[in-house]
Amino acid sequence: MGSGATWGLLAATFTASFVEFVEALTIVVAMGATRSWRSALAGSAVALAALAILTAVAGYALVSWLPRSALELVVGALLLILGLQWLRKAILRSAGLKALHDENEIYRAEVAAARAAGEEQRLGLDWFSFVVSCKGVFLEGAEVVFIVITFGVNAHDVPLAAAGATAAFAVVVAIGAIAHRPLARVPENTLKYTVGILLATFGTFWSVEGLGVFRPGSADLEWPGGDWSLLALLVVWIVVSRVLVRVLPSIADRGVAAVAAS
Amino acid sequence: MSLSSALRGFGRFWLDFVVGDDWKIAAAVVLSLLVGVALTLSAATGADWLAPAIGAIVILVFVVEMVIDVRGS
Repeated sequence: MGSGATWGLLAATFTASFVEFVEALTIVVAMGATRSWRSALAGSAVALAALAILTAVAGYALVSWLPRSALELVVGALLLILGLQWLRKAILRSAGLKALHDENEIYRAEVAAARAAGEEQRLGLDWFSFVVSCKGVFLEGAEVVFIVITFGVNAHDVPLAAAGATAAFAVVVAIGAIAHRPLARVPENTLKYTVGILLATFGTFWSVEGLGVFRPGSADLEWPGGDWSLLALLVVWIVVSRVLVRVLPSIADRGVAAVAAS
Repeated sequence: MSLSSALRGFGRFWLDFVVGDDWKIAAAVVLSLLVGVALTLSAATGADWLAPAIGAIVILVFVVEMVIDVRGS
């Protein structure tokens, strides 16, 4: 793997994981601050243990059962779906066609739910804080695991992908420990836009390569220039998304005008 | 919690995980890759244009989906 692809892999896993960890931390901090830090942290610990088992099992299954090109096709397609969902939302938000994602609002909603919940105690823990933190960390963490496994396996460097995610985890935990409040100052839409572009780039590259599974011998489809095509794809996705941000508002206005005139 | 509701929850989690909150994006990706399969099966082995052409189709289908989405909203 070239150094460009190495940095791309590290940047992609770091930023994608960072966004997921921010969302998980928002939930854990809301539970800890309003109900019980001990229960919220216990729920997070159980979720992290479950994620470690999932990673080991899924990683082994992916590497052992699927031929390389089929793996690239499957995980490339999944990455593409995930990345384009993020990119779609970021484009709509940048174009003013969708409200900005607000971690403060999520925090307020979680706090309101926590205050409205009962006082059930199990195993000496505040059960609501435990369950909500466990679910939040597991769901957001599962996305990180998926990104690390798919990027790592496809780029033949799982440790590097894991290092990107671990660095993001450390940064988010450090921010959480220092700030101790919702991470609303993190420009989440910008991050999601960046991650969407990166996932769309890698997803396009790998899913197209993986279509070689339908050729005799199942050899990968070749991109001109090999890994350097990633840079070209990155530029194309950036240009296309910026054009959509500019053009979509006028298309939306025309749609509203057409409905009003009919 | 019964086994069937646990299985339903498990299935819902993975469906939500893979398809996300906008099924049209997943459909657009599947559609563009199906066109890619057809091109791969029909093109000569080692054709240089194949990968960039399929990549362009992926991007084009995404753009069309976004325009349809915004027009319909």
